[in-house]
Amino acid sequence: MSRAVRFAPLAVFVLLVVSLIWRLSTPVDPTVKSRMVGKLVPDLVVPAAFPGQPARPLRNASCGPVVINFFASWCVPCIAEAKKLAELKRQGVPIVGIAVRDRPEDVADFLARNGNPYAEIGSDPQSKVQIAFGSSGVPETFVIDPYCTIRHQHIGAIDEGDVPTIRKQWEGLRK
Amino acid sequence: MRWLAALLLSLSAVPLRADSNLPPAYWSDRQLPDPRQEAQAQALMAELRCLVCQGQSIADSDAELAGDMRDLVRRRIAAGERPAAIRSWLIRRYGSWISYRPTAEPAAWPLWLAPLALLALGALLLRRRIRLRGKA
Repeated sequence: MSRAVRFAPLAVFVLLVVSLIWRLSTPVDPTVKSRMVGKLVPDLVVPAAFPGQPARPLRNASCGPVVINFFASWCVPCIAEAKKLAELKRQGVPIVGIAVRDRPEDVADFLARNGNPYAEIGSDPQSKVQIAFGSSGVPETFVIDPYCTIRHQHIGAIDEGDVPTIRKQWEGLRK
Repeated sequence: MRWLAALLLSLSAVPLRADSNLPPAYWSDRQLPDPRQEAQAQALMAELRCLVCQGQSIADSDAELAGDMRDLVRRRIAAGERPAAIRSWLIRRYGSWISYRPTAEPAAWPLWLAPLALLALGALLLRRRIRLRGKA
């Protein structure tokens, strides 16, 4: 048996250990990035979250710039995020909410507890809008430009540091 | 006394479920009336990755979003859409990550080449064996 062959198992073992250490020290990022960033918003008409209000097409003459926030009354991080969204609203950023898998009475209760930062709220009872956006959970936030193109995705709750980032994103898209 | 209270509390604790109050989507756990369409839907759902429980397919997952995706797949197949079209519609939104079927992207080349390389290695070893035996 040649020398190279004799050391092959050791080499395989070292390779294995090195790759295990590498993956343990830098774990795989489990967030799912939307491929819709850079594309037009889905051509959908979203029903309003509250009965008696009109449904609204996502694509229209004045698409944005606007922030679209997927939230839910049953989503715990959304409670903390509500305060940051209120801060964005105070700074003049218009926010459209989309309540995922929610009932009107639960949405109303959530807004009464945590404040209402939304200019409008759509309803997405079967996650259809969410899937069309390439979004995989709540909360998630998208920034839309005036020509209906999705320009930015924020995965997870918006925290203190994300407020200026999103505001800047929005401001940069103003005509 | 305090221990007892803590014990009782822990027994009565209800796990916090991050689930909505809405019932599952209509077609999420219901078979399509046409068995051929249902078979197409099943085959596709087994190859689509759940976005919540990332190791599972949407056919296996109990996550609500997986249920909504099963509803979407069954509705589209019932409407006459081809499974391949539904798969590529989802790939356009989530990337090829959403599909378990290996693609021809460069990242998957080693996967396709590995069996060939192993076969070649086996043939090489076999040839050496036979040649050695011939000499003996």
